[in-house]
Amino acid sequence: MALQIAFVIFSLIALIGAFLVVTTRRLFHSALALVLSFVGVAGLYILLEAEFLAALQILIYVGAIAILIIFAVIVTRHLMDPKARAFNEQWWRAALVAAGLFLILVFTIAKVPWPVSEAPLPTNVIFSMGSSFVGTYLVPFEVISVLLMVALVGAIIIARER
Amino acid sequence: MIPLVWYLIVAAALFCIGLYGVLARRNAIGILMGVELMLNAVNLNLVAFWRYVCPTNVAGLVFAVFVIAVAAAEVAVGLALIVAIYRSRDTVNVEEVDLMRW
Repeated sequence: MALQIAFVIFSLIALIGAFLVVTTRRLFHSALALVLSFVGVAGLYILLEAEFLAALQILIYVGAIAILIIFAVIVTRHLMDPKARAFNEQWWRAALVAAGLFLILVFTIAKVPWPVSEAPLPTNVIFSMGSSFVGTYLVPFEVISVLLMVALVGAIIIARER
Repeated sequence: MIPLVWYLIVAAALFCIGLYGVLARRNAIGILMGVELMLNAVNLNLVAFWRYVCPTNVAGLVFAVFVIAVAAAEVAVGLALIVAIYRSRDTVNVEEVDLMRW
């Protein structure tokens, strides 16, 4: 029972945060709501017994990505007039598409008999994750590191003042 | 035990909210935030399937870590592009950035 209550609280944090991200007029408040949403998702990871991923979520999403977005908002803030429209004139079509997709997804999720396994969690998840990073998934792992490197260099070159 | 379906529905809702943000926002940074929400929803799905469908195989967790790394790269390049556009065109409104529109 306690688990279910925790699940509902964390999902509400994640979903309300997400809702505020897309509806708030001021972008700075959006960025703060994004942090709220990330924290809610991290709580859901803990409920899923993926503590390592929850730590990564807090470190990378809250610690790096959200802060980077907040910096970008601060740098470009005076440009967006807070009284100007925050949404384009097709926002109702976008809402329709999103709501329709949600209905289709919920219908599908409810219909499919998911093959839930009752197998207990292995004791050394982080160990097997680490060994699959340098074993089965070595090539994607190296590609990701090259991608990060390229993205870093590219970001510096694109944003550099000429 | 919480049913798997609950996680899937929360992830679907998160994804759709992010999609709405991407489609409806006029500010490029707002669009980027919507993309981050969608990536989070995907990660939640990956982890939920790992935990419920086959907890002995860590592929779901490994791919969630990959998605986080790609999201970090994406947001770095995206914000660099936004700063560059802001410098050259003095706007971050995607409706005014129409240089490459037909």
